[in-house]
Amino acid sequence: MTFSTVIQNIIKIMSKYWDVFLIKGVSVTMALAAITVFFGAIIGALLAIMKMSPLGILRAIVTAFVEVIRGTPLLLQLYIGYFIVPLMVPALEIGTFASIAVALVINSAAYVSEVIRSGIQAVDIGQTEAARSLGLSKGQTMTKVILPQAVKNILPALGNEFVTIIKETSLASTFFVGDLMTSYLTVKGQTYLAFESLIIVGVLYFVLTFVLSKLVGAYERRLKQSD
Amino acid sequence: MTDTVLIETRKLTKSFGGLLVLKGVDLQVHQGEAIAVIGPSGGGKSTFLRCLNLLETPDGGDVIFEGQKINQKGTDVDLYRQKMGMVFQHFNVFPHMTVQENVTLAPVLLKKKTPAEAQAQALNLLDRIGLLDKKDEYPRKLSGGQKQRLAIVRALAMEPDVMLFDEPTSALDPEMVGEVLSVIRALVKGGMTTVIVTHEMGFAREVSDRILFMADGVIVEQGTPAELLDHPRQQRTQDFLSKVL
Ligand SMILES: Nc1ncnc2c1ncn2[C@@H]1O[C@H](COP(=O)(O)OP(=O)(O)O)[C@@H](O)[C@H]1O
Ligand SMILES: [Mg+2]
Repeated sequence: MTFSTVIQNIIKIMSKYWDVFLIKGVSVTMALAAITVFFGAIIGALLAIMKMSPLGILRAIVTAFVEVIRGTPLLLQLYIGYFIVPLMVPALEIGTFASIAVALVINSAAYVSEVIRSGIQAVDIGQTEAARSLGLSKGQTMTKVILPQAVKNILPALGNEFVTIIKETSLASTFFVGDLMTSYLTVKGQTYLAFESLIIVGVLYFVLTFVLSKLVGAYERRLKQSD
Repeated sequence: MTDTVLIETRKLTKSFGGLLVLKGVDLQVHQGEAIAVIGPSGGGKSTFLRCLNLLETPDGGDVIFEGQKINQKGTDVDLYRQKMGMVFQHFNVFPHMTVQENVTLAPVLLKKKTPAEAQAQALNLLDRIGLLDKKDEYPRKLSGGQKQRLAIVRALAMEPDVMLFDEPTSALDPEMVGEVLSVIRALVKGGMTTVIVTHEMGFAREVSDRILFMADGVIVEQGTPAELLDHPRQQRTQDFLSKVL
């Protein structure tokens, strides 16, 4: 296997299967990552609020949840989602894609809740004290003073979470959900050119995550400037 | 100064962990009175000030504001805090709001004023402290002295009955201390009831009706500036003053 045969094979594969990688694989991967981060952020925000609640029982539940999610492999969580989610709502006949998406969302929510919580706690306590000393309630302080500042910490971190998720969705290919890694499995199965297919998928993952990381970085710098 | 007692504390205690920081502080602040609090670092001055508007919850004793005991369950603390302005050592201006928005936020949000009224008031206040031309800037463009003056008018916009200052000039470059002190001086002259924790002895002597020397969680000694600064009776006070004067 020489370098030039590899290149030739890659060109051959791409000319025949480009749509499998670029149209199907990339779009499913991006959709899966976007769904995961979007709903993960919403649920993560709720978890973060619960985690800061004065009710010890709520805090304990969230802590336990986050620890369990962080302490077990994502692939295992995907398997559990794959088996459990369809059982929980059988009437909806939820497909594999949705089951896997639910598992990814739950996983991401645990991580995002920590991102949001630390973003909020990174805002100087003096801001809260100043707001409360003016007579603002807890809620008003949170929405008018703390969150607008915390968003600057949280958004870039969410962007980075998106980049991480793009890579992690590759595990979903275990269940043939049609993501980029599934494209690899499909093409490899038809061409028997495993190495070349891997190179193609690897380049695509890299381009996606590299470009997105750069965008997040640029956005982060812009936010910093406005401080 | 009148005879009306605006704020009173009775046997106020507070501890952090096992550390007793306030050991039963009694004080009456009269309407229109200017009180300066001096004393060594760690003596409980900030904690005492923060107990007055319940930023710290006292462990024991009473905080009585305008005749109401406010440190008890069921009290709407937010309502009382609206009447007690506080200025912090580190300014704590809101960085995500313009200078003007910093001033109008609380009066509008708490329905003390319509947006138009609040704006008119903000412009007036900013004019008085020489920050009118900065009204649309964000605080990052301001010097320390300007930020602290902004913090003062932000509190004044709520038209409080008393102003609490916790070392308002300690975080400032020396050349900016004067501009902040003169804003406070004007407030006191205007009759505002004021409690100010400060290390500026000259200023304390000049503006206050009464100086408290606080150390180890108690008011060791108090009196008029002349009494306390020139003829301190307690050894502890004398030692402290000999170091700072
Ligand atoms: N939030 C807190 N948690 C624990 N200890 C505190 C806290 N605030 C103040 N203290 C302690 O209480 C004591 C008095 O502090 P403080 O009221 O800030 O004194 P001062 O303002 O006179 O310097 C110090 O020993 C300080 O370390
Ligand atoms: Mg202090």
